[in-house]
Amino acid sequence: MAKEKELQQLSEVTVRFAGDSGDGMQLTGSQFSDTTAFVGNDLNTLPDYPAEIRAPAGTIYGVSGFQLHFSSIDIHTPGDQPDVLVAMNPAALKKNLSELKKNGILIVNSDAFDLKNLKLANYPANPLEDGTLEGYTVFNVPISTLTENALEGTPLSPKEVARCKNFFALGLMYWLYNRPIQNTIDWIQDKFKKSPQFVDANTKALHAGFNFGEMTEAFTTRYDVESARLPKGTYRNISGNEATAFGFLAASVQSGLPLYLGSYPITPATEILQYISNFKNFGAKTFQAEDEIAGIVSAIGAAFAGSLAITTTSGPGLALKTEAIGLAVMTELPLVIINVQRGGPSTGLPTKTEQADLLQAVVGRNGESPVAVLAAKTPRDCFYMAIEASRIALKYMTPVILLTDGYIANGTEPWRIPKVESLPKIDVKFRTEKEGFYPYLRDENLARPWAVPGTPDLEHRIGGLEKADIYGTVNYDPDNHHKMIKLRAQKIKNIENDIPDLEVDGEQQGELLVLGWGGTYGAIKEAVIKSRAQGMKVSQAHLQYVNPFPKNTGEVLKRFNKVLIPEINLGQLAKLIRSEYLVDAIQFNVVRGLPFRVSDILETIKETLGGKNGK
Amino acid sequence: MENKVEVKTAKLTAKDFSSDQEVRWCPGCGDYSILAQVQRTFPEIINVPKEDVVWISGIGCSSRFPYYMDTYGFHGIHGRAPILATGVKLANPKLSVWVATGDGDLLSIGGNHFIHACRKNIDIKILLFNNRIYGLTKGQYSPTSEKGKVTKTTPYGSVDYPFNPTMLATGSEATFVARSIDRHTKHLQEMIKRVGAHKGTAFLEIYQNCNIFNDGAFSVLTEKETKDDNVLVLEQGKPMVFGKDGNKGIKLDGFTPRVVDLTSGQYSVNDLWVHDEFEESPVRAAILSTFTETPGMPTPVGVFRQVLKPTYDQGLEEQIEAVKKKKGQGELAKVLFGGNTWEVN
Repeated sequence: MAKEKELQQLSEVTVRFAGDSGDGMQLTGSQFSDTTAFVGNDLNTLPDYPAEIRAPAGTIYGVSGFQLHFSSIDIHTPGDQPDVLVAMNPAALKKNLSELKKNGILIVNSDAFDLKNLKLANYPANPLEDGTLEGYTVFNVPISTLTENALEGTPLSPKEVARCKNFFALGLMYWLYNRPIQNTIDWIQDKFKKSPQFVDANTKALHAGFNFGEMTEAFTTRYDVESARLPKGTYRNISGNEATAFGFLAASVQSGLPLYLGSYPITPATEILQYISNFKNFGAKTFQAEDEIAGIVSAIGAAFAGSLAITTTSGPGLALKTEAIGLAVMTELPLVIINVQRGGPSTGLPTKTEQADLLQAVVGRNGESPVAVLAAKTPRDCFYMAIEASRIALKYMTPVILLTDGYIANGTEPWRIPKVESLPKIDVKFRTEKEGFYPYLRDENLARPWAVPGTPDLEHRIGGLEKADIYGTVNYDPDNHHKMIKLRAQKIKNIENDIPDLEVDGEQQGELLVLGWGGTYGAIKEAVIKSRAQGMKVSQAHLQYVNPFPKNTGEVLKRFNKVLIPEINLGQLAKLIRSEYLVDAIQFNVVRGLPFRVSDILETIKETLGGKNGK
Repeated sequence: MENKVEVKTAKLTAKDFSSDQEVRWCPGCGDYSILAQVQRTFPEIINVPKEDVVWISGIGCSSRFPYYMDTYGFHGIHGRAPILATGVKLANPKLSVWVATGDGDLLSIGGNHFIHACRKNIDIKILLFNNRIYGLTKGQYSPTSEKGKVTKTTPYGSVDYPFNPTMLATGSEATFVARSIDRHTKHLQEMIKRVGAHKGTAFLEIYQNCNIFNDGAFSVLTEKETKDDNVLVLEQGKPMVFGKDGNKGIKLDGFTPRVVDLTSGQYSVNDLWVHDEFEESPVRAAILSTFTETPGMPTPVGVFRQVLKPTYDQGLEEQIEAVKKKKGQGELAKVLFGGNTWEVN
């Protein structure tokens, strides 16, 4: 019997799984996340994978990673640097080692360190033997051999056996962090229910990994992270894309309108289309169009016909949809455009995150073409912002752009599921009365009536040509154009009266306010918490509404001597803030296709305060 | 209280489809005739309430069409009419959705949407006003202009080959493909009726004269002296006869159509190709489409092809019903609380 092992308590851990893009690292990571969520830890994840589906095995650019930060305390990011790195081959080690914390735990599949793989990873000598790994706690585990041994006598082919090794690694990590394996066994049984031989093999590999930890002399310590103190309720682990899909489903139910999604597959937004395609029994219609333009234009047609119409895309797709968004502005139809931002310009970095489409969303169209622009700040916030985007689109008869990004779209966190009764109702009224009807009449919100085809006696024509005020006929009159331009702008501006004020976390006035928007919320929040712990006086405000800004934004900014704006672009919000409020904002911009590192923001806060600690 | 269903008994007339907007095409434009024939035939062919009719267009002279129809209408953006119409139809399949478009709009910038609407068999009706020129931008060659066309952008003649619209529609497996001519008013009315009666993507190419920038493009097909020898009127189940007094016919030798003289005694109508618009295979409709590119062949007008297959919109509705039946009407709470959940107490 193995020696009794020590169990050490930790408050937070960051783990990174890395391997070939065919090694199943995303699956391993998401299984570890689900189990971790299930045992009640707070968590935050960062899948990081190449754009190639199966890049040549063993290469550095083919490495796929999944980082996860879990804790007994409140956390907001996937962690700057991993405490533990699981490297399934030399390329994964090469790509990730520099980010592993000093003295961090390194678990490597030593079987993969053969000459061929070492060469592919540009290692002149075996790093397991030449001292490269000094300063880390290294566990050389022959994962491939141990998996093969565990599956002796299986009907699977050697290739299929090799593909089970990620479950061995997962089992070992479950042991090391004291997690139950049953969730994953249930998942395996469901996933492979049509192939009992895979259920058997993957379960065996999982058990073998777990037992290896228990039996081997190499591991003397295992770790435990207690449940986080989360508010009471029912929870699930959710990604931003899933939350977005749920949010629009909820908006459809709460408004009583059928959901219509016209879309074209594009990374990293495609999953929203996939999720909503499953909601057929809600009457949701999804249309995989011939191109990006067709996606949005079909949605505009559906909006004209009375649906809750949406279209999903990412940066290059938003560029293609530009002209059609202008059409929705001119025809004043409700429409939500979801842009899951990725690295640009052009095709850019399809699988990486960025915030560089802000100006494209706010002003990127021909003519004076105002739309409301919202930005979700965390994976779970996507749910609420999807409902909010729908509410604004329907109430104001306007296109709304909802910005998320690759990080919050793919990243996950625990979500306390709201009761359906707690969700806002969305009131929608189609125009049916003939008396006094004109297509461009306006209500108190400056919204025009929504008279859908099929309504008797309200036959009317709309289109992209300038419309006469009230009557909606084609009109070229100079004064009418000026008036319509101003009306459309005012309508969007008025939304500021209908959204929450910008809240300040921390001191309500003082030396430094860190202002962010969208998916950087977690990193800024953690940096602010850490800087306060170091005695600095720092406040935080985060924008979920970027057009229009919350009504009190200018007033909030003026209460602080300095405003620091960290963004994953070259200063797009800073530009808007300066032009709108004449505030000389200080920029912090890193555009690496990755979420901010908390430490980088923390350093910038220190620098900005110049040793004064904000006092 | 009695349950009374109000039935609109008043018969609609052409005037009911005429909006209060002043028609602003150039005097003498072929579009006037198309508008008139549509308005004349609509009371007869629209088997849905008037408020269920929607006209959709893109950009170009022809795309002003919806403004002149007193129905729901949407003047979209360049090239996108078929996909705008698709969205309307999918959102509400009971609507009768019509597209007015031109050769630049449908076949140049909008080519992709056109072929995909045909492929998916969306139940929309597409009337292509083909004048073989860009009119609204004042006279540049279009994707249906003949090779060598001299225009403002091709002062030395165009170098590219034109699209053959009925061939493109047939190749994209449109379930209804037809052609008519603005000045053949009776024939045009007949074709509009056929379009209205079809379920699925219905494509009607209408040769339309632009008297400002491409005047006389189709005069050989419309002038009294020449039209009989140059137009072949397709009729279901009839041999293909044309020419003054029906003196010529089309014989199909394998895949090769040939004009034969019916007066020489060598051939009789029994030797001729008998038109079958309901033929499942698109091959002969494609052969008919080649006539306009083959010297000496007459230009066919009429229905090239009509086949029936389930439409996309119908398929989508059926799928929704099937899923509802299988899974039950969706419940939001079930989705939100589905998957792996855990309780925190």
